[in-house]
Amino acid sequence: MNWILVGIVLTTFVVLGSSRITTRIKAVAIQGGLLSVLQFVARGSLFDIHGALLFGITFFIKTIIIPLLIFRSIRGISMRVDKEPKVSSHSLLLTLGLITTISFLNINTFPLAVGATISSLLIPSALTTVLTGLLILVTKTKATNQIIGFLILENGVFTFGMTIVSEFPTIVEVGVLLDILVGVFIMGIMIYQINRTFDDIDTKSLSLLGDA
Amino acid sequence: MFSVLAVILVLPLVSLVSFLLKNEIKKSAVACLGTSLAAGSGLILLFVPFFQQPHDNVLIPTNIPLVSFAFGVDALSRFFLVVIFGLSFLVGIYGFGYIKEHKKFVNSSPFFSLLVAAMAGVVISKDGLSFLIIWELMSIVSFFLVTAEHENKEVQNAGWIYLIATHLATAFLMMAFVMLSKSSGSLMFGEFVLQNNRTPFLNGLLFIFAVIGFGTKAGIFPFHVWLPHAHPAAPSYISALMSGVMIKTGIYGILRMLTFLGSPPLWWGETLVVIGVVSAVMGVLYALMQHDLKRLLAYHSVENIGIIVTGIGIGLIGVSLKNNMMAVLGFSGAILHVLNHAIFKGLLFLCAGNVMYIAHTLTIDILGGMIKKTPFTAMLFLIAAMSICGLPPFNGFISEWLVYTGLFNGILNSLGHTVLISIAGVLGIALAGGLAVACFTKVFGVVFLGESRSGLLQGSREPPGLLLSPMIILAVLCLFIGIFPWPFLNMVFGAMQIMAPGAGLVDSDHVMSPLVNVSTIFVVLIVLAGLMISIRSLVFKKKQIQTTVTWDCGYAHPTPRMQYTAASFAEPIGSFFQTILRPHVHRDKTTNVFFPEGAVFDEHVPDYAEYNFFEPLFKRIGSIIIFIQSKKKSTVQSYLTLIFITLIILFVAEVWFGI
Repeated sequence: MNWILVGIVLTTFVVLGSSRITTRIKAVAIQGGLLSVLQFVARGSLFDIHGALLFGITFFIKTIIIPLLIFRSIRGISMRVDKEPKVSSHSLLLTLGLITTISFLNINTFPLAVGATISSLLIPSALTTVLTGLLILVTKTKATNQIIGFLILENGVFTFGMTIVSEFPTIVEVGVLLDILVGVFIMGIMIYQINRTFDDIDTKSLSLLGDA
Repeated sequence: MFSVLAVILVLPLVSLVSFLLKNEIKKSAVACLGTSLAAGSGLILLFVPFFQQPHDNVLIPTNIPLVSFAFGVDALSRFFLVVIFGLSFLVGIYGFGYIKEHKKFVNSSPFFSLLVAAMAGVVISKDGLSFLIIWELMSIVSFFLVTAEHENKEVQNAGWIYLIATHLATAFLMMAFVMLSKSSGSLMFGEFVLQNNRTPFLNGLLFIFAVIGFGTKAGIFPFHVWLPHAHPAAPSYISALMSGVMIKTGIYGILRMLTFLGSPPLWWGETLVVIGVVSAVMGVLYALMQHDLKRLLAYHSVENIGIIVTGIGIGLIGVSLKNNMMAVLGFSGAILHVLNHAIFKGLLFLCAGNVMYIAHTLTIDILGGMIKKTPFTAMLFLIAAMSICGLPPFNGFISEWLVYTGLFNGILNSLGHTVLISIAGVLGIALAGGLAVACFTKVFGVVFLGESRSGLLQGSREPPGLLLSPMIILAVLCLFIGIFPWPFLNMVFGAMQIMAPGAGLVDSDHVMSPLVNVSTIFVVLIVLAGLMISIRSLVFKKKQIQTTVTWDCGYAHPTPRMQYTAASFAEPIGSFFQTILRPHVHRDKTTNVFFPEGAVFDEHVPDYAEYNFFEPLFKRIGSIIIFIQSKKKSTVQSYLTLIFITLIILFVAEVWFGI
């Protein structure tokens, strides 16, 4: 289980460290795949029909549909490389390192009552993922990056959810996944609209619509 | 307990009735006299043995999980209730007479009952939630009383300063109570005491939060900045109540918080002694430099709170060193001084009210010669002034004596830097006492003695009996506690045992026995003084007595302008302490040596804490907020940044500091 968690954390590094949008989307796709495996492992029993179903749906949505949707929405937009980022990617990586250190320093302060199936690395890596998602949301203004930040944040929450995965009905998780999918749909439409209005997908230009 | 709660619940009703009345006289009569009546009956209930069952807490459950309101009276609460009800009873009577003369205060009078109810509610609250709610209620109600003259720009300013100060203080208290309830799993005070498995770090943090939060209400230096603004702005009877009792709820809060925190480490007591000494000395130094009577008295509250905090500090040192004698002396000195300060500071502010009533001004430099017109007010002021200076045979002496004895005990029975701090405490309080004498010599000399400096006193008379009678009771109490402190000391010892559970009655007997000598000396002193006066009157009986002017250094035409002014009296002390006070002096010297021309001297002492600590601090905070605001305007990312930063801070506080 630990290698999956390490993989999840490492993919967040990839997302922040790369300057190409395509690399980021691919990293998010890999993270989604890792997550679907993770929930399968956390469940414990391999031949559970619910587990298999959930694995399938998670993998399908997180690794295939959502990345494809994002690729589709940025297709006609000449923004493959993140030019002139507001915060340099060096400092972002350093911040992420700091966040990771802080999260993993307190590994013993989060006691897990569930049992041996859950690794003690789970909470720190979930925390790192959530905070990284927030960091991306805060520092990047391009709409595509906002979607990626949102997805990583959601992946972190999903990882947190692993602590109670054995007691949670599958239908709820499928519902949550559907919500994410719809969210990404809407964001894709937003990107299209923003691009059509401003010839750019920077969300900063959205503030021009305000009264001020 | 139910009876006390009933009395406290009557007060809001009184306030409501008073709000609804339209007639000015009836409105103020219901508010003031109704409050007075309720407070008086509450006072009686507290002393009737039938109502004194010790552990009958009232628990009011609610539908909200984890929340239920608890009220109860233990010895500490009872002592503070006696102080609150006692002074409110007298101030209510005075207030009615005062409002009759100053009609502009009618509209704020219903808040008076609410303030008394809130103060009493604070000291009987036995759970965090009701404590905080009533505490906030008390702050807001007193804000309305402070801004009674709300059309006045200065009063508005004072009101704002008070409101900001009190809310910032409450923010610290909220943090403290949240931390307490998190660590004990309940909001009940009883659980706070029992579930005492907090780390020393957390306890220290709680202690600091309590000192800042409650200390702001109490007025310790440098958190006193609201006092010198709010007290002059409020009507005099409210100043008496606020300075006499309301700021003592801060002291109650500190004491109550200390009961939650278990056995104190040494540095708490030492910190409190240092804070107390600094407050005492700085308070009295600033008081000396004031030109407004009520502002001056407000700074004296800072001084006296300093003495009380020093006492608490000694008590804490005694508890942590297992020195029972020191604990008893420190805590009883502090708790008795709470009562004493309520009495004489209440009396002083009521005297200031009388001065306002008579002369319609409180500027010290244009008053003068009031003893000839109103000898009674002057006499009462003198008694209160002697009490506040800690002169025998009045009550201030007794409590300060206890604090001093505690400090000397600390010098004799401890080691290392505790000795140093005890010595600093003795020196500081002695210095503060000496300066207080100088300060009240100035006030009494300039305001009451000499000749009137302006035509303000033309045709003025002594205020009516309605105003004077409560003051006479207070003055008698000053003398009574000075000579026979036993009945009050028993109450104090009861409250003290909550603070220092190890200290038994045996130790308090050790305190009692030297006090017997003190009382005997006082009685002998008074009898001797009485004898002298009667001998004098016997000797002069047959002789003719002529009154003439005071020797006027040979001036042909002495005018009232030749008297000492407040500034000229305080100038030598002010220039001695100018490194601390940093006065702004404006001097326009005459150039002609032989024929003096007009010269100007103007001295003004800005409050160091206000202008050199809080003003830069708030400016810095303000610029940060403006920075955030200017960022916020543009994007959603800025909002997210704030959330992100908050999350990280909360995370670090929760995980690393276990708060």
